[in-house]
Amino acid sequence: MTLTESAGGRVTAEIAEQIAALNYRYAQALDDRRLDDWPEFFLDDGRYIIHPRENRDRGLEGYWIYCDSKRMMLDRVLSIKEVNLYNIHYNRRAISNILVTDAGDGVYIARSNYSIVQTNSGGRSAIFSVGAYVDQVVFIDEEPKFQEKIVIPDTFTVSPLVAIPL
Amino acid sequence: MIPYGVYIDQDIFDLEMERIFRGPTWNYLGHESEVPEPGDFVTTTVGTTPVVLNRGRDGTIHAFVNRCAHRGAMVVRESHGNTKVHTCIYHQWSYDHAGGLVGVPYRKGVHGNGGFPEDFEPKEHCLETLRLEVFNGIVFGTFSDSTPPLLDYMGTPLRERIDMLCSRPIKVTGYQRQEIRGNWKLYVENVKDCYHGSLLHSFNSCFGMFRSTQRGSAVMGEHAYHSVLTTYGVADSENVGENLGAVATHKPKFELEDSSVVDVFREHADGMVTTILTMFPGFVLAQIANHLGFRLIRPLGPDTFELVWINFEYLDDEPWQSEARRKQGNLLGPAGYLSMEDAEALELAQQAFHGEQGSGHAFIELGGREFEDQDHLVTEVPIRGFWKGYCEIMGFAAGDSGATST
Repeated sequence: MTLTESAGGRVTAEIAEQIAALNYRYAQALDDRRLDDWPEFFLDDGRYIIHPRENRDRGLEGYWIYCDSKRMMLDRVLSIKEVNLYNIHYNRRAISNILVTDAGDGVYIARSNYSIVQTNSGGRSAIFSVGAYVDQVVFIDEEPKFQEKIVIPDTFTVSPLVAIPL
Repeated sequence: MIPYGVYIDQDIFDLEMERIFRGPTWNYLGHESEVPEPGDFVTTTVGTTPVVLNRGRDGTIHAFVNRCAHRGAMVVRESHGNTKVHTCIYHQWSYDHAGGLVGVPYRKGVHGNGGFPEDFEPKEHCLETLRLEVFNGIVFGTFSDSTPPLLDYMGTPLRERIDMLCSRPIKVTGYQRQEIRGNWKLYVENVKDCYHGSLLHSFNSCFGMFRSTQRGSAVMGEHAYHSVLTTYGVADSENVGENLGAVATHKPKFELEDSSVVDVFREHADGMVTTILTMFPGFVLAQIANHLGFRLIRPLGPDTFELVWINFEYLDDEPWQSEARRKQGNLLGPAGYLSMEDAEALELAQQAFHGEQGSGHAFIELGGREFEDQDHLVTEVPIRGFWKGYCEIMGFAAGDSGATST
């Protein structure tokens, strides 16, 4: 599958706005290091996958992270908060070009670009990861949730590692 | 004692490229399954030299240096693909699947003007080739005529373990790449370092997986600069290998909400749960529970290397086995629960070496001062073995400061 999936049905401005806001809240939670909030953007059986572009373009897997339940995301949060050691850093996300289409059966597809600038412990910033999000969003009690979020880094050589979800 | 200068010195790095990577060593180029059809190619590097692995029309696999014989431009730009001929974009010199020169524009000149001299001989302008040997589908290449045959170079422990893990047909499932601001040798040491596994990688102990007290071994065999590290589950338990949780030797601090990440199925009769095999200079074959992969250490300069993870599964895996390997993929790679610390530890080391201007030295004596095979994992002896081989091939006498011996 490439990045040129065909467009589905049109959506109302209100739906588009709510789904854009979902992405912005997602970005802010991660930028603010509110990691416990991260799984809450997903359904219980939601999927979060980081699929580097090199592999996606070649029809290979090679996922950096592959979660197919919210419980796996809770484990990821516990591990990066309490267990894993990694570089001291701050991430700052920009999400743009969000386009939402109606895939039917209450599922919306949102495609967007993301870029993450990472600042190290010395206060120096550099582009860390640039790529695309391909999201499946559904509304539960009028709240949008990710049924699936696939992160496709163009930056498929990452320096040095991924701790906080992209 | 390892002088820190060997990790940061450009002259030593250059010498390593010449004496090690262009010297009498076998280097991982790829797996046959990555180039299944005639004309298929992938690009890689040996040391810092760009190399193309290409399957020819008759099915033979070739490897050649990716640098035009005319003016030195890189000929093949794609990471992989299929082609009848490789054409340099600069002046359109073209090469066949073995790197042989097959096309030179205006060779005879135009309307009697120009052209190459009468004695121009295309055979003298082919791309430099590597000598290849294939073992269990894994293609290794060498630049040196004096490199011993591959199986002699490997020695018994590596040959047996690669046989065990790679004799079934495999399929590459994906690539993962990390650029780490550290010297390439730091990663070689890291994958020979039994000491850090349970200490740096807290996921092991916090979730009750691996500990240094687990049964294991560190074997080098005939050649101390290679190594095979192995850990086993609890041999007599019926639960061996069913689940890494079952091999826990202590009470974990945390429990996973979703244990599918560590749902491990038994693959080896002897309860082997981990293999980390390292072949000098930069090839790793690792089996961590059911996660399988090659790793290639690509030096980029004294201060940087690229770590390439080449994950694979067996062609005859059942879907549930593929799924288990996919889930366990969360343990390894750039975001791996068991691996992310390595990049940070290595970068911290590299920074500190510079802080000392390369003065000072590392101290590596856990498990003793010799180079014997070890039947436990409380040891750094495989790292000592690496440095023994390194000094021999670099022409450094043990005890040299390295930085001054060139």
